[in-house]
Amino acid sequence: MKQARRKKIAQFLGFFLLRAGLTLVLAILLLFLYDIGRKGGGTISWEFLSQAPRKGMTEGGIFPAIFGTFLVTLITAILAVPLGMCAAIYLNEYATQGRLTRLIRLSIRNLSGVPSIVYGLFGVILFVNIMRFGTSVLSAGLTLGLMTLPWTITASEEALKTVPNSYREGALALGATKWQSIRTNVLPYAVPGMLTGTVLGLARAAGETAPILFTGAAFFLPYLPKSLGDQFMALPYHLYIMATQHHQIEQVRPIAYGTALVLIVLVLGMNMTAVVIRYRLRRKRR
Amino acid sequence: MRKWASLEESVIRAFFLTCGILAVLVLVGIFATLLSTAVPAFKEIHLSEFLLKKNWDPTSPEKAEYGILSMIVSTLMVTGGALLLAVPIGIGVAAYLSDVAHWRVREIVKPIVEILAGIPSVVVGFLGIVLFGPAIAKIFHIGNGLNAVNGSVLLAIMSLPTIISISEDALNAVPQAYGEASLALGASRWQTLFRVKVPAALSGIIAACMLGMGRAIGETMTVLMATGNARAFPHGFLSSVRTMTANVAIELGEVPYDTTHYYALFAIGLVLFVMTFIVNLVADVILRKYQEREQ
Repeated sequence: MKQARRKKIAQFLGFFLLRAGLTLVLAILLLFLYDIGRKGGGTISWEFLSQAPRKGMTEGGIFPAIFGTFLVTLITAILAVPLGMCAAIYLNEYATQGRLTRLIRLSIRNLSGVPSIVYGLFGVILFVNIMRFGTSVLSAGLTLGLMTLPWTITASEEALKTVPNSYREGALALGATKWQSIRTNVLPYAVPGMLTGTVLGLARAAGETAPILFTGAAFFLPYLPKSLGDQFMALPYHLYIMATQHHQIEQVRPIAYGTALVLIVLVLGMNMTAVVIRYRLRRKRR
Repeated sequence: MRKWASLEESVIRAFFLTCGILAVLVLVGIFATLLSTAVPAFKEIHLSEFLLKKNWDPTSPEKAEYGILSMIVSTLMVTGGALLLAVPIGIGVAAYLSDVAHWRVREIVKPIVEILAGIPSVVVGFLGIVLFGPAIAKIFHIGNGLNAVNGSVLLAIMSLPTIISISEDALNAVPQAYGEASLALGASRWQTLFRVKVPAALSGIIAACMLGMGRAIGETMTVLMATGNARAFPHGFLSSVRTMTANVAIELGEVPYDTTHYYALFAIGLVLFVMTFIVNLVADVILRKYQEREQ
């Protein structure tokens, strides 16, 4: 009897602790979003979104940073999305079990664990120095693209896996070649899923700072980048500067909060778009 | 006709294969560039001095010093502190989601955890400055809250999503028969969860924690913004620390090209790469073994 009661109390306390842990995690997230939403919300205005910083970045807006992040993410996408898709097509459609395939998969998994600052160092050597792109939006975009590659490969492969084998076999049975079967029977079904998965990777890339620190992000530029060889301002780097490097840190705190809010809305907005599309696709398929 | 078609097929196959091999090339390329750029540093610095000396003062006018021990210890401290917080909470949340929570709760919480994973590290670092810093200063009665505790808390928050989602997968993969047998023998749900299911999923949970650890070691912006970045050897969790990642981020922008200092920063990058590579590789091996056993 006594033992049974002790067991019950232990279970009650245990589950209570677990619930407390979950509540804590959710509370932290809410606190983050609430703090940034409340203090950043007051800064957001049309002027803030559409104008360049003024008076030593103590006034004005963050438009160059928004534009720069958009541009660099575009370059990231141009590199990482097609390459990621093609690598995934190889792994899911062509690859046979073997040493080479294992090596490729192992590399992809390890690439996704390489610290972002190490990608930054790699970008400095490869793109800035060896390829002579200099510190530019191109170098930064390519560096971010390499960082995003393992994520887009994994996401694209997941999408390819959801296409039933009978689709492939149907085409092959009618005499189609492998590529014809992939092109006409696999890709049309997989591409939407591949794209949503890659958008998640791009959202992460858009919020990254460490890889662009030395490959092209600029402290302050009075103009927008005119070519791919120019430096650029980016939202995450702008937030870093406003939070730690500015000489009037207390005075520019509202701008930092506003920048953080815009960055979070951008990144989470991309995330949610992808999740909503994925959800719709799944329902449609059923 | 036939011949052309098969030629076309093999060209297409080769093209996709090249894209796949690119992943290998990038990984090898990262290692090779780090290594080749780091090597010149050791013309002037002894490897043992580099790894075991505490003082890092590359711009000293008298004698430049290149010891990264303080940074290694700082990185390990902040990472260790983060795991101390994140492992119990992460496993607890994963256990709750996989075993206790109503499926509706799970459907709501899982995307929310994904949102937490999606917050950029620079934003987390900013919140470390404006939210956690002042709070820590108040709690411990110190001048400012930019120290190892702050970094640990933030890194814990950042590694939680990884730990939660992979641990939950591991717990869900435990055969139902285990739990049923335990319940049939009269164990409570709590006992079943922590004495049967968690031990059965342990290798997956360990892998999850190691992946979280890999993230924490390599995280840059958060620690750069929230730990104060003092160069001195850390004297405890309330002292300001400078991790390896933060040091590279601080100094690479100002260092003159083609100097020992420049190469030494790449050597730090190499140490980081090797550390995270080993941690991730071990996690990977554990996870693979585990999945093979499942099949």
